[in-house]
Amino acid sequence: MRGHLAPHRFPEKTRRVQSPNTRSTLLMAPALMWLTALMVVPCGLILALGFFRRGLYGGIEYTFTLENFALIVDPLYAGIFLTSARIAGLATLIAVVIGYAAAYAIAAAPRHRQPLLLFLAVLPFWSNYLIRTYAWIVLLNREGLITQGLRMLGYEGEPPSMLYTEGAVITGLVYNYLPFVILACYAPLARLNPELAEASRDLGASAFTTFRRVILPMTVPGIAAGAVFVFVLSIGNFITPALLGGGRFQMMGNLIYAQFLTANDWPFGAAISMVLIAIMMGLLTIQAIAAEKGAGERREGTDG
Amino acid sequence: MTALLSIDGVTRRFGAVTAVDRLSLEIVENEFFALLGASGSGKTTLLRMLAGFETPDAGAIRLDGADISRMPPNRRPVNLMFQSYALFPHMTVEGNIAYGLEMEHLPRSEIGARVGEIMEITELSPMAKRKPDQLSGGQRQRVALARALVKRPRLLLLDEPLGALDKKLRAAMQLELKRLQHEVGITFIVVTHDQEEALVMADRVAILKDGRLLQCGTPHEVYEHPANRFAADFIGVMNFIEEGGRTLAIRPERIHLFPDRADRTVEGRVTARAYHGLDLQLHVATPLSPKPLLVRLTANAADRRPVAEGDTVTLGWNEADTRQFND
Repeated sequence: MRGHLAPHRFPEKTRRVQSPNTRSTLLMAPALMWLTALMVVPCGLILALGFFRRGLYGGIEYTFTLENFALIVDPLYAGIFLTSARIAGLATLIAVVIGYAAAYAIAAAPRHRQPLLLFLAVLPFWSNYLIRTYAWIVLLNREGLITQGLRMLGYEGEPPSMLYTEGAVITGLVYNYLPFVILACYAPLARLNPELAEASRDLGASAFTTFRRVILPMTVPGIAAGAVFVFVLSIGNFITPALLGGGRFQMMGNLIYAQFLTANDWPFGAAISMVLIAIMMGLLTIQAIAAEKGAGERREGTDG
Repeated sequence: MTALLSIDGVTRRFGAVTAVDRLSLEIVENEFFALLGASGSGKTTLLRMLAGFETPDAGAIRLDGADISRMPPNRRPVNLMFQSYALFPHMTVEGNIAYGLEMEHLPRSEIGARVGEIMEITELSPMAKRKPDQLSGGQRQRVALARALVKRPRLLLLDEPLGALDKKLRAAMQLELKRLQHEVGITFIVVTHDQEEALVMADRVAILKDGRLLQCGTPHEVYEHPANRFAADFIGVMNFIEEGGRTLAIRPERIHLFPDRADRTVEGRVTARAYHGLDLQLHVATPLSPKPLLVRLTANAADRRPVAEGDTVTLGWNEADTRQFND
């Protein structure tokens, strides 16, 4: 019923979004049921779990408490959170710089070559995450490919320690999530009307000023989408810190993993998970609002 | 008068295609000049070379005597109004117009004054704070124009400036553009495929075909004295009569119905009749040409002597009103 009334109450903008009839409700039903059963319900259970007490021998004691959430601000765990945020933040920054440059180059390539370049950019994605991460171990190992390469070039000193460092973790995260950034930045760059850059040049702007004042502001939604993606996936990641950090770098993901699987403190694990999810939702919401705000502007500035 | 802009033997090739072919033109200060041609005639390529987005393969483009053919677009005292308008969607109307002046690093107060002034002239002041997506087509067109004009260029290039507007607005804007050009005293070069637009607005018109200049002259010259058959056909409507290896061309409005006196007369049958309000157009089948001749009568003339489809009529014209082509 809402679908019938809404178009009359709201002008233009919402009309497009409103589902006008029961057909779209039917089409959405399977996805909604899937998400409810496998996302909403489990998340609700985890959230509820966070408010209970840990049992003496690892079980759950069903008495209400806020202790688990209070524990998160404990310097030990807050430190882990800050480390995670720093590592994820650095990975995001590097991925955005590299990814944006790559997306820019692809969007500037001849149109018929762009699909191939995009395919190459996302190609690593089609192999298993673990295998890709192990490949970095092979590369960064003390006697790995990089060290061997240096030896062949005549390097005779101590092998550089690259594996099990923060740098290795960041490298692994950047490598794994770079395709997201390339795809997210490519879309607005490819849609950008090339005449906007020409107009800027025509009005007296240098190539750099044109980039800073026209191209960059118009592609910020893509950057934001890519950045939120990398940050959210990185801060919750536990495989890369475990494999490339050698257990020396505890990140939020590892902490949660440990609470559930080794420390057997499900309520605390649930509480950290919820905080992490809240942060992710917050970032995604901000990004969605920014994207919606930019949508009207992009309609004008894109061709086709 | 010396030329403000002189285009001297300019050629531009794209692979095997020669978009502009050894083209030469001179444009004087304060002129309203139209480049007229169908798509693929090279008019847009020429305009892009003047703006600096294309570099000629041969020839020179001189502005005030200095060769600018290799000067980057941001250094030229030339501005282009894009066909798509290319307004910056993330900036307000005011921001768009001020952009070009900010690039010149002018004092803030001067930028404000000049932006305000041009917004007055183009009647954009009430929408200074709006974004382009909150404007109508005609308003966007005026922002694009104001953004280029505020730079006070030596030369303003306009790529199909009225192409995106509906017919009524277009007619009004043709005169508006001409008025503006007088008011600001800037030389305009307009690219258009609309011959009527070129005739109405321009002081002089250049007709381009396949990258070459076919004819250049005042609207009256190109309309009344087309240099060749293509120009005759391209500008306005023309009847062609092939006889004895040459082509005779006559405009529909120069053919008279039941003339009292004419150098030449022919009988024909009316095959179609189209009433346009302002005038009446008749298609008259005659032995002179396979296609019926088009005759255009003013409302007055049509009222004096009503004709119906199927009527037999006498057409007549004066030799002085015909053109002959040998190609």
